[in-house]
Amino acid sequence: MRRTVSPILLAAALLGACGAAQQPTASTPDPDPPPLPWTTAGGQLAAIDSPLVALVGGTVMTATGRVIEDGVVVMEDGRLRAVGARSEVEIPEGARQIDVTGRFVTPGLIDTHSHMGVYPSPHIRATSDGNEMSDPTTPEVRAADAFWPQDPQLPRAIAGGVTTVQILPGSGNLIGGAGSILKLHLGRTVEEMEFPGAPETLKMACGENPKRVYGGRNSFPMTRMGNVFGYRQAFQQAIEYGRSYSDWQAQHVVWQRGHQAFLEAEASGEEGAEDPGPAPAPPARDFGLERLLGAREGRVLIQMHCYRAEEMARMIQVGDELGFRIRSFHHAVEAYKIRDLLAQNDIAISTWADWWGFKLEAYDTVEENLALLTQAGVRGILHSDSAMLIQRLNQEAGKAMAAGRRAGIEITDDQALRWITINAAWALGVQDQTGSLEEGKMADVVVWSGHPFSVYSRADLVFIDGLTVFDRSEGPDPLPRTDFELGQDLELTTGGE
Amino acid sequence: MRALGIALVLGLSFASPVAAQETVALVGGRVWSPGAEPIEGATLVIRDGRIVSVGTGAAPSGARVVDCAGTILTPGFVGTQTELGLVEIEMEPSTADHAPEGEHRDPVRASFAAIDGYNPLSTAIPVARRWGVTSVVTTPDGGLVSGTSAWMDLAGRTLDDVLVEDRTALHASLSDGAIESAGGARSTALNLLREVFDDARLYRTRGAAYDRRQLRELRVSRLDLERLGGALADDYPLVVAASRSTDILRVIAFARDYGLRLVIAGGQEAWMVAPQLAAADVPVILRPMTNLPASFSQLHARYDNAAILNRAGVRVIISAEGAHGQRNLRQEAGNAVATGLPRDAALRALTLEPARVFGVDDRYGTLAAGRVANVVVWTGDPFELTTWARQVFVRGQEVPTTSRQTLLFERYRDLSNVRRGQRGLPRVTPRE
Repeated sequence: MRRTVSPILLAAALLGACGAAQQPTASTPDPDPPPLPWTTAGGQLAAIDSPLVALVGGTVMTATGRVIEDGVVVMEDGRLRAVGARSEVEIPEGARQIDVTGRFVTPGLIDTHSHMGVYPSPHIRATSDGNEMSDPTTPEVRAADAFWPQDPQLPRAIAGGVTTVQILPGSGNLIGGAGSILKLHLGRTVEEMEFPGAPETLKMACGENPKRVYGGRNSFPMTRMGNVFGYRQAFQQAIEYGRSYSDWQAQHVVWQRGHQAFLEAEASGEEGAEDPGPAPAPPARDFGLERLLGAREGRVLIQMHCYRAEEMARMIQVGDELGFRIRSFHHAVEAYKIRDLLAQNDIAISTWADWWGFKLEAYDTVEENLALLTQAGVRGILHSDSAMLIQRLNQEAGKAMAAGRRAGIEITDDQALRWITINAAWALGVQDQTGSLEEGKMADVVVWSGHPFSVYSRADLVFIDGLTVFDRSEGPDPLPRTDFELGQDLELTTGGE
Repeated sequence: MRALGIALVLGLSFASPVAAQETVALVGGRVWSPGAEPIEGATLVIRDGRIVSVGTGAAPSGARVVDCAGTILTPGFVGTQTELGLVEIEMEPSTADHAPEGEHRDPVRASFAAIDGYNPLSTAIPVARRWGVTSVVTTPDGGLVSGTSAWMDLAGRTLDDVLVEDRTALHASLSDGAIESAGGARSTALNLLREVFDDARLYRTRGAAYDRRQLRELRVSRLDLERLGGALADDYPLVVAASRSTDILRVIAFARDYGLRLVIAGGQEAWMVAPQLAAADVPVILRPMTNLPASFSQLHARYDNAAILNRAGVRVIISAEGAHGQRNLRQEAGNAVATGLPRDAALRALTLEPARVFGVDDRYGTLAAGRVANVVVWTGDPFELTTWARQVFVRGQEVPTTSRQTLLFERYRDLSNVRRGQRGLPRVTPRE
């Protein structure tokens, strides 16, 4: 078991050393403070038994800057074994070779912003589980707890070449809860889909949504002022909560010494040793504040819905004050206005190609947003926030690329591909595992019928961890059916002509 | 026709009145017009807002020649089932005129007229136009009977500049929301439709008795009766938004009973009743990309809806989302082609078919002599998302491809030119 060493733990250890009533002697080592209840072991990567497959002859777009004509991609046991030109890569003996000549091979697409499974199809009250808006701050809830694995949106996203998604709660409240990073292996439970070892994420939201939701109830927050105070208050509570635990740890260390001394005294028959009594009880747990502490420690990656430039800048400032960093702003249609600030703070931007006008905060969209961000060195990401759009992330990236080129900003195909692959992986903290075609990474791969940015191209084959999850050649209706869809069309084969 | 006449008299005052007299020859591109073989190396001549000729001859002397080599020319695309010009910011009611507001709205508002709320200065118009959309049938929304739509060209300052037809259709709906507004069940909604059309029929035949107050009590206002009566008189079609296949069949039966010229909109499950739609010659306005079982009324939505309908002989119009998504008409069309709709049918679904269905195909929908010169010059395949509209002509005028969005882009293209307050202020709190 790997224990995460957190700054708080270190602080507690220091505090324990200085504040101890009894100075330890050279011979007695410091007792360890008790572990914090929210520090857990990292996920174990499951071994995946996938066949040895070689995709041979296509144009391989790696999302690393390299585009390989007549390439070869070899996968086995869930991993990419080799990626390169046919002249560079030896196709292993016994590999199942798939001829992809004339087709394109890319990493599996990644969507940083999906509500599949929590706002599923059909979208009705009974299935609407995406936002616990009963309070402006609900960091304690998790999208995974509501995720419905039979959502018919899921197979359609897979057919669009999507292999990894972040399922987010929100965005009607300030702090919506934990996101969940999934691989689109269809399963019976969310556990069967969770991305192994992925960090936890936290959804937060700026602007119009929270103030509309709560302002509409004539309650806090009804202004952007209220919004910002809400984040501050929540993180300040988290700081104090962390302090209560470090105080407890320090007290516990003192107690351990006293207790140890008492036991030793008793054992040696020494008279008058004082029994320190039972160990100090830990403070009551608060799962939401623990998640906010995780965000302060960098274990939990903040995904923040925020449209306007000055609000994003404000949030960077609030983060500085309260000790958290934002991993990615989402929607962020005005990111281009502060792209220097975003580059300086290394914050990724998840946005659309052209959505606008549905709210005033979405009024200043420019089609060149992603192109300008990319030019400024910001990690740009094309996200969906839609079960329709997620099926065509490749087309949306093509649109944003064309908008840049139309305006004279040269965006390469590889740069645009990164908007839907490796940059998205970075925002989710899984960039070392997936998001590009590189030896050793997870074998998340899509074979496209043509150039992925062509409106006419379709995903022909989708692999996740080297396993085929979609194969268009499997007949006219190759989509896997969810349980919900089963039997809905029984009568279509009866009656009529 | 009347409105366009006024505009022509006023000299199409949009850009510069002088330019309206200019003869423009678009030379060297491929002219692609629905129902016709593409013409390579074509010369398309525009004068006084109309297409004068399309062929392969030389440009007339004195014409301004525009080199279109390597481009594709199509008729401008037509947005349908859109609130473009009626809605500036969707969530700001004060900027929205696509539907009445308030809790107790009558679900029947046949007299609600899109033309009354249309704003030719909407910033959403240049955004759509820049991607080749040159006309819209701007359409009210909501309720059981939503009101009448109007055909607008997308360039001009005033209604006189832009209006083509002020009552292109009467719009109704059997969407989940519409049914909810009309009693909550399909039968209550259809009964209400029957009741108000019965009333309108009575009003039409016994108008004098109505004026003398000698008729039984009628459900809706006089103006509503007039507009419902317009559909009964076949002055314009009745467009009904419906998703579920059985709803579509019920609406076909309803329209037959009342002698209404029917158009189905939405139509997510229309493919299931394609033969019946074809037999009744009912066109379908659809968004090809809506392939999700998003509600129990469209569990059988599928990606190749348009292709199946077209194969069955149903006339198809392709639409795009809302007031702000019209620039994606071509993406909808491209995806329809990718799922089996022939290219010419896809182009027709954005141009000639809306013109036919809404009764302006004598002036719109093709690139042919005598037609209104709504022409788009594309850098390549108009359905591919990596191409763009290099030039857009509306009523013969080359219109700017700028928009409020492109102006924002220009403002922020170089951050050193942007007003940035007091520069060089240190951050208040340095990061730990």
